[in-house]
Amino acid sequence: MQPETTAPATVPAQGTDPTRIHNIGYRSYEGARLGRAYARRSLFTQSLRGAYGLGRSAKSKVLPMLLLAVMCLPAGILVAVTVFTKAKELPLEYTSYAVYLQAVIGLFLASQAPQSVSRDLRFKSVPLYFSRPIERVDYVAAKLAAMASALFILTTVPLLILYAGALLAELDFTDQTKGFAQGLVSVALLSVLFAGIGLVVAALTPRRGFGVAAVIAVLTISYGAVSTVQAIAYEQGDPEVAGWLGLFSPITIIDGVQTRFLGATSSFPREAGPPSAFAGVVYLAAALALAAGSYALLMRRYRKVGL
Amino acid sequence: MPNATTVGCVTVIATESLSKRFPRVTALDRLSVDITPGVTGLVGANGAGKSTLIKILLGLSPATEGRASVLGLDVATQGSAIRERVGYMPEHDCLPPDVSATEFVVHMARMSGLPPTAARERTADTLRHVGLYEERYRPIGGYSTGMKQRVKLAQALVHDPQLVLLDEPTNGLDPVGRDEMLGLIRRVHTDFGISVLVTSHLLGELERTCDHVVVIDGGALLRSSSTSDFTQTTATVAVEVTDTDRHPDGTAALREALAAAGIAVHAGGRAPGAGHVLLLDVADDSTYDTVRDTVAGLGLGLVRMEQRRHQIAEVFRKEDDRDDTQARSAGGHDAA
Repeated sequence: MQPETTAPATVPAQGTDPTRIHNIGYRSYEGARLGRAYARRSLFTQSLRGAYGLGRSAKSKVLPMLLLAVMCLPAGILVAVTVFTKAKELPLEYTSYAVYLQAVIGLFLASQAPQSVSRDLRFKSVPLYFSRPIERVDYVAAKLAAMASALFILTTVPLLILYAGALLAELDFTDQTKGFAQGLVSVALLSVLFAGIGLVVAALTPRRGFGVAAVIAVLTISYGAVSTVQAIAYEQGDPEVAGWLGLFSPITIIDGVQTRFLGATSSFPREAGPPSAFAGVVYLAAALALAAGSYALLMRRYRKVGL
Repeated sequence: MPNATTVGCVTVIATESLSKRFPRVTALDRLSVDITPGVTGLVGANGAGKSTLIKILLGLSPATEGRASVLGLDVATQGSAIRERVGYMPEHDCLPPDVSATEFVVHMARMSGLPPTAARERTADTLRHVGLYEERYRPIGGYSTGMKQRVKLAQALVHDPQLVLLDEPTNGLDPVGRDEMLGLIRRVHTDFGISVLVTSHLLGELERTCDHVVVIDGGALLRSSSTSDFTQTTATVAVEVTDTDRHPDGTAALREALAAAGIAVHAGGRAPGAGHVLLLDVADDSTYDTVRDTVAGLGLGLVRMEQRRHQIAEVFRKEDDRDDTQARSAGGHDAA
């Protein structure tokens, strides 16, 4: 059990041979200890990088990078079309982009949320975090912020491409900047909401596969059910009910909020959106409540796993 | 800031009628114990309250009543500061298989507040000290149990704490790995100057490593004494011999012969077949020679001669029983 002394032992003339490996022994650490805030920041950075496979194996970079590319591709095409056809405006609003590509965002969340939280749960690394200066709230906040930031990057990069393309095509600067800003607010809200939901679902199970399936199920089933029932409600001539139904799936909540407050065109059937200004406020409140609820649930989830 | 390594501070851990009650269980029951710098063993059966105590000491779980301080810091109010200066190695598996030991330990060093460069340097140093070399760049999934235990120890030491809490570090190791781990734990104190609190349910194992042993049972302090007190009673050898025609009761004959040779002999206790076993107090290595020569002189067959390891259960035996043995062995020691 004294490995570092074995090297000198093999050298014949000890002490005279310049190639001898010296046993420098244990050195204590006298340097800075940056404490809790630094640890939280480090965890955030590590989780954010991890969401794109950085600092992980080459294999785990494939899917997130591929999804990022898939997110950006349509934006590139739209820009190309705009430039070549010399159109007066982009074929798509900034705010609609994430709604159209919600499946890609969902896939990204489903693949990365479990890797962010289930891994620590499954391999029981969580106690190692909590035996260090950080507290439960730091862990949860860092993981949530990292996931939200990862989604924000995923949704913002294509908007940036659209914006840059629009300026390149010399579209109206004020219009485009306003639309871009509205898009940014919308995807920021979407990122926080989706990150919260994704992490809560993923943290329920230490099994990564279940986590992936559960996140996909929650997002697609809720959206599928809501849009189906909405369509039926319109057919039955009940647009008011249809408008309220959007509250039952995350992406339609975002859609409702941005239709009311960010000048977006709703993706609800017949572009209806929330039925009234009051309904719009309810949509916004629902989005914020869901995000806050996710945070509270995550805090609760980690109450029992400390050691 | 109080510093345990300075001469002024003589306790690393101090608890004062520390209790932890859950709705249906009392995990800790008015535990008062002072632990000094060095290697301290914390012994107790499963459910004796070892893990609960560690949780409280790390400031992660509030005590129902009583006080505790670690390195002079109060666990109730300065948990974060304590965790910056203390390392913890959990009992269970806690390593993700898909990253290398280096990456993992660097990450854990940063979680302890070490700046990036320092985290890298300390990781390389610490992994070398626990005996991991080239394999530290390979994913942890391919490691043996012994190597994983070393990584777990490394992550507890990487931020150069003043105290490490090791929860059952020898769990799942084979005898050789166990010895290596115990040697390593000893070195953590002697070479690195870090105080150690190590839990185990094997008293014999801790005796060889620790300066001091604390035994808890049912959340209460059963015994706290320096290891030499325990080794007095543990330096015991069990001898079993055959009977021969000349000595129809070989055991009795040997007992007489050994008593004549000045070795304290007592019966084998209440275990099955104990009637044929003699327990001898070992004063020094010459005792073994005396036993060998005496058995050979009597012409008996030596069936077994083994060192007795005290297990936790033996400390739990009736108080008078142990006092008896202790008094005798202490007397023998003085004579020697």
